[in-house]
Amino acid sequence: MNPAPEPASTTSDSVRPALEVSNLHKRYGDHEVLKGISLTARKGDVISILGSSGSGKSTFLRCLNLLEKPSQGEIRLCGESLQLKANRDGELDAVKSRQLEAFRARMGFVFQNFNLWPHLNLLDNLALAPVQVLGKSRAEARERAAALLKKVGLADKEKAYPLQLSGGQQQRVAIARTLAMEPEVLLFDEPTSALDPELVNEVLGVMRALAEEGRTMLIVTHEMRFARDVSSQVMFLHQGQVEELSPPEQFFTNPVSTRCREFLSSHL
Amino acid sequence: MDWMYHLSDWLQLLTAGHEPWDSYARYLPQLLEGAWVTLKLVVLSGIAGILLAIPLALLRVSKNPWLWVLPYCYIFFFRGTPLLVQIFLVYYGLSQFESIRNSGWLWDQVLSQPYWCAIITFSLHTAAYIAELFRGAIQSVPRGEVEAAMALGLSKAKQYRKIILPRAFGMILPAYGNEVILMLKGSALASTITLLDLMGATRNVISRTYMNLEFFLLAGVMYLVIAAVIIGLFRLLENFFNAHQRATHLPVKQLDAQLQDEHLRDNAR
Repeated sequence: MNPAPEPASTTSDSVRPALEVSNLHKRYGDHEVLKGISLTARKGDVISILGSSGSGKSTFLRCLNLLEKPSQGEIRLCGESLQLKANRDGELDAVKSRQLEAFRARMGFVFQNFNLWPHLNLLDNLALAPVQVLGKSRAEARERAAALLKKVGLADKEKAYPLQLSGGQQQRVAIARTLAMEPEVLLFDEPTSALDPELVNEVLGVMRALAEEGRTMLIVTHEMRFARDVSSQVMFLHQGQVEELSPPEQFFTNPVSTRCREFLSSHL
Repeated sequence: MDWMYHLSDWLQLLTAGHEPWDSYARYLPQLLEGAWVTLKLVVLSGIAGILLAIPLALLRVSKNPWLWVLPYCYIFFFRGTPLLVQIFLVYYGLSQFESIRNSGWLWDQVLSQPYWCAIITFSLHTAAYIAELFRGAIQSVPRGEVEAAMALGLSKAKQYRKIILPRAFGMILPAYGNEVILMLKGSALASTITLLDLMGATRNVISRTYMNLEFFLLAGVMYLVIAAVIIGLFRLLENFFNAHQRATHLPVKQLDAQLQDEHLRDNAR
């Protein structure tokens, strides 16, 4: 078993951070879900985001590619800033939809409920976005899709439809679908929470392999052991604020915040 | 269409003197031609209807009142008034306007012809119903599937073209088939504007033979056959567009055996 990768600082000092978020706020009416969150992910970082339900961790992740519109804040991908402007409801919209689409294409998002397209077979699920968004040829996209299905262990399922698969298999396909876009950052929103316990490991196995490849990943999860093994940083959110941000060794053995300690004692 | 008359002659030799078969054989060409007109009415207006319904439904789901109010009124009118009234409005009503009577080609070739008036009316009528079906289907495409398309960087137009509309079309197919069957039966109203569809041809024949029961029965059987063909056609369409729904019924056990994948066993703890 390979050890968790080192934090990437030693290898990529000269490179701009893969993802920078500064002072991100999200308000629903009077209720402030995110109260100014900043986070920097260098290339190759694997950052686990922990927190009890309602702490805002999923909202934070969804704000990064504007599935949820933040109220305030800045998002940079490899140094490029996403241009935002406030709309009538006080939420931030992308100034140029083209730029937002390009941002989203470069930021893979894996959903809790997989969200595969049930009317397309696996190959088409994977090939659709590369053809439509990246302008790849159909043949090239399908070839790559087949290779990715093989990578997540579903080589013989190209023609199957999503609903013929188990939850774990569907989530592996969903991961492959985001990989087909060759994103620079991968966002995982509780990827194993909708799975039966015996199916969790096959998905974590794929994610572990991705981490070992040196991909930049942000993972909202409840899997403590997984977070401890693969993360370079662990971020703990409480009521919309960063309560603790530290390397896993420190986070799991000697956290500074008392809330974090309480959380760990109830989850480990 | 000579073959129909040859067939008719030949059948008359077989059935000579045996009523109602003799009359059936004699008037078969008229009835078949009527059935052909009916089929054309239904197919053309079914296709035009769905083409018209797509933009209507897209406008209808818009949140902007300026965009949805017109389709809303259109749908309200065509769903709320009898088809017969609509046919009369188009065929008899439009000719009241002098500007339309003087519109040249549009009047000569289209609006003065019962055939085209029927097709226009049926298309507008069925489009209203299909648009409502489509609107419901578009709104019931699961949010997550649309978010997945957004998250991969698909533009709004491509989200609709590649995910939302194909999904919605699959959902409405059974109801669309139903709607076409309803149109088939509604198309009998075309006979009221002098069109010799299956119903019109049947009444024509009856006015000569006075065989009400026999020929209405025959017409009923012919409508039934056309309906069966349409049902079969939609079965095929469903197999094609909703292949995933049939596929789901494959035995799950057999599929899960391949879960035991070496690559994964290595990586999993």
